[in-house]
Amino acid sequence: MEYKDYYQILGLKRDVAQDEIKRAYRKLARKYHPDVSKEEDAETHFKEVNEAYEVLKDPEKRAAYDQLGNQWNAGQDFRPPPDWDQGFEFHGGGYTEVDPEAFSDFFESLFGHAGFSHGGFGGHAHGARGGHRFHAHGNNTYAKIAIEIEDSYHGATRQITLKHSELGADGKPRIRERKLNVKIPKGVTEGQQIRLAGQGEPGVGEGKPGDLFLEIHFNPHGRYRVEGATVYLTLPLAPWEAALGAKIPLDTPGGRINLTIPPNSKTGGKLRLKGRGLPAKVPGDLFVVLDIVAPPANTDAEKAAYQAFSKAFAFNPRGYSTDRRDV
Amino acid sequence: MNERETGEGTPAILDETIELTLSELCRASGLPADHIIALVEEGIIEPRGDVRSWRFSGICVRRVRRVYSMERDLGVNLAGAALAIDLLEEVERLQARLRRLEGD
Repeated sequence: MEYKDYYQILGLKRDVAQDEIKRAYRKLARKYHPDVSKEEDAETHFKEVNEAYEVLKDPEKRAAYDQLGNQWNAGQDFRPPPDWDQGFEFHGGGYTEVDPEAFSDFFESLFGHAGFSHGGFGGHAHGARGGHRFHAHGNNTYAKIAIEIEDSYHGATRQITLKHSELGADGKPRIRERKLNVKIPKGVTEGQQIRLAGQGEPGVGEGKPGDLFLEIHFNPHGRYRVEGATVYLTLPLAPWEAALGAKIPLDTPGGRINLTIPPNSKTGGKLRLKGRGLPAKVPGDLFVVLDIVAPPANTDAEKAAYQAFSKAFAFNPRGYSTDRRDV
Repeated sequence: MNERETGEGTPAILDETIELTLSELCRASGLPADHIIALVEEGIIEPRGDVRSWRFSGICVRRVRRVYSMERDLGVNLAGAALAIDLLEEVERLQARLRRLEGD
């Protein structure tokens, strides 16, 4: 198990005053909150920051953590010394209001074991209470999944790994990983949630399991951009294709098509293919954005072609006459 | 570790066409009714119909969860979270547009 340097995670010195811990935490929480942040690995950072704050905000836990000493380095192999927590009493319980799944083995080994009362353990009640059976719905699970744009076109099956906390037979909570094959429904769009009934946390007693809610995100794609159900793709054209018109075979997410380019098409012009965007309940459109690319003139023949081109056109791309001297 | 198939066909998309009652939304979001009602009063989610027969759109689930986790984790109040979520959704729209226009 790796030693976690909670001070380092919050960017603090070990002798920091208690009130500065909250300030540092709030700043980092805003920076890495998975619902707010656009940072890479925001969720991982956010969990670390929360875990560090969970320990350091509580003077009792902080004192217990501090007496492990400062000779440890982050990431170093760590075993808690026997009876390391003797003389400490944790009134708040191991976990307070945060998701216990989010915490590391390191935290678990120090504050998560049966010696502590589990204050607000995410709605997990013990199976029997006061002589009668207790039943409760399992909690829902909320997670994100990154898929390809093509998955929304065709539907797909993707595997995700979820972490759950469960009460073991000995009454101790433990973290269990499970892999789940998720069917991605056709037509999902960025930010939408899908619901998988009964795939959340297990219920207590005869309570039903919770549901799993997955928020959909698309991996960036080399050719396609998505806004809602509308899909855009850029099509490079040679100047003569744009000027004379052309029939161009084009791979779209929905399959290969022959696209007719009308004569005198312009760069930035959009061709709309109705209903060929994401197949949502109201199907989106596919826009082909034209990009005219002029070849460089390197050989004599190419230069001659451009010169002939220039002679054939009375064309000024700047729209005003350069002959006018009266301005 | 074990593997499970979802085995129940393709999961439902919580889009605008899905309608949830107040209790269904409570269950889906894992939050008590008075919390949901506070979100309605703040204008964060807008149900159809009158109080007794409120119907929420499927997209409310994500909004409710996001507002809740911001309240819980960032210490903002409901009005602050409401403002933040409006701004975040605007940023998301603009980023999608920017990605399209910049083409990367």
